[in-house]
Amino acid sequence: MESNSQIIKFMLVLTSVVALGLTGLRQVTEPLAQRNEEIFEKRAILLAVEDYLGGKTMAELSDEEVLNIFESQVQQLVVDAQGNVIEEMKADEVDFAQERKKPADQRKYPIWIFNNGSEQFYIVAVRGNGLWDEIWGYVALKSDLNTIAGVAFDHKGETPGLGAEIKDNPAFRAQFKGKRILDDEGRFVGVIVRKGGARDPEHEVDAISGATITSNGVTDMLVDGLRAYEAYFAKLRQVG
Amino acid sequence: MAETNVAQVEKKEPLFGKKERKLLVDPLNDNNPITVQVLGICSALAVTSLVYPSLVMAISVIFVTAFSSLFTSLLRHYIPKSVRMIAQLIIIASLVTVVELSLKALNYPVYKQLSVYIGLIITNCIVMGRLEAFAMANKPWRSFLDGIGNGLGYGAILLIVGFMRELFGKGTLFAGSPLEWKIVGPSADYLINTAGTGYMNNNLMVLPAAAMFVIGVIIWIQRTYNKKLIDVS
Repeated sequence: MESNSQIIKFMLVLTSVVALGLTGLRQVTEPLAQRNEEIFEKRAILLAVEDYLGGKTMAELSDEEVLNIFESQVQQLVVDAQGNVIEEMKADEVDFAQERKKPADQRKYPIWIFNNGSEQFYIVAVRGNGLWDEIWGYVALKSDLNTIAGVAFDHKGETPGLGAEIKDNPAFRAQFKGKRILDDEGRFVGVIVRKGGARDPEHEVDAISGATITSNGVTDMLVDGLRAYEAYFAKLRQVG
Repeated sequence: MAETNVAQVEKKEPLFGKKERKLLVDPLNDNNPITVQVLGICSALAVTSLVYPSLVMAISVIFVTAFSSLFTSLLRHYIPKSVRMIAQLIIIASLVTVVELSLKALNYPVYKQLSVYIGLIITNCIVMGRLEAFAMANKPWRSFLDGIGNGLGYGAILLIVGFMRELFGKGTLFAGSPLEWKIVGPSADYLINTAGTGYMNNNLMVLPAAAMFVIGVIIWIQRTYNKKLIDVS
């Protein structure tokens, strides 16, 4: 049987060696990890305008190309709930998970304006709840601020094969292209994911069978999320 | 006198003899950690919906079992008996952190996909089981081989399950990696074009429950051919 001091000495030496080693490794890998995370986020945003990236799919774009597009073709801005632009803030700086905890009228909303040379797209972030955990996504609107150019969704823990199809199934995402978020009189309606099949070709898409709660979550996320940007978009529409 | 004894003993133990071979090969079949010992099931069910993450997971576990066995064996005379499990856990946890940090820097998408399961290698019973059962009582080289063997046994099952689940659940193999193969699907991109034939991917295979069935079938087949494993009680 060892004495207490021996045990303490052994544990101290072991933990110090391990701690030092791991700290060193973290120092080395941290810059790489941060760059990877940044590219991962940027790819998620650009996925909403995948059709307009010059003929390449997201998988074909290299990391450098993603960063280049963001550098040269994307303009970032942040708006508040009243539709005013918050100066000197970039969209990447908004922590959307934190914003959701604030009351609705105090939240900040990020917008990425993507210009591919011929057309301009407004990419906005939306967030909501699926069946098991959070879901989120990016919606790209054409310059009329009404027609959807594309969407990209992601989730934390939806069921593979059912709720996770919002991310994994390209056919689900593709349905959103060309839908309108305003009705003919210019009032906001959003896009609805309809169980049993879309009825209104302008504003509805088919739900995923077997994933009703996730589908309803997507509807709520899109309606609430897009409405939050209406204050700002209404101002833009008036101007031009 | 004592010195000559040691020399003789060392002569009798080649670097890679029958015993060492057994350490590597045994966990692949006769003593497989998943199908025979039924350890490490949790991650085998969770990460095997695609082959590529299964492969990364398998490599990670092989790394952790091999090196935790090596380090534990090196330290086995110094680890105080009363805190040996804590010491083992520190070794395992630090190696898992090494895996996690490296993966984050080298392959971020797969890191995202495996998410918590990399961290959960710490609780994988195979790792701790081998440290307690083998590394604490054996020499470093053999412990290292035992670690690799058990990691391989675990990884082999993971790959088989991942292969079946991805092929029948998604119609692809190695999706998400640079070498994605499209095997069965309703367009000309796929090796077998099923457009118009009514073939559909089996959605059950995507769910973790399917892994349970696949592992069950593997155990069945294994016991049909390997009579040693049949419990005749």
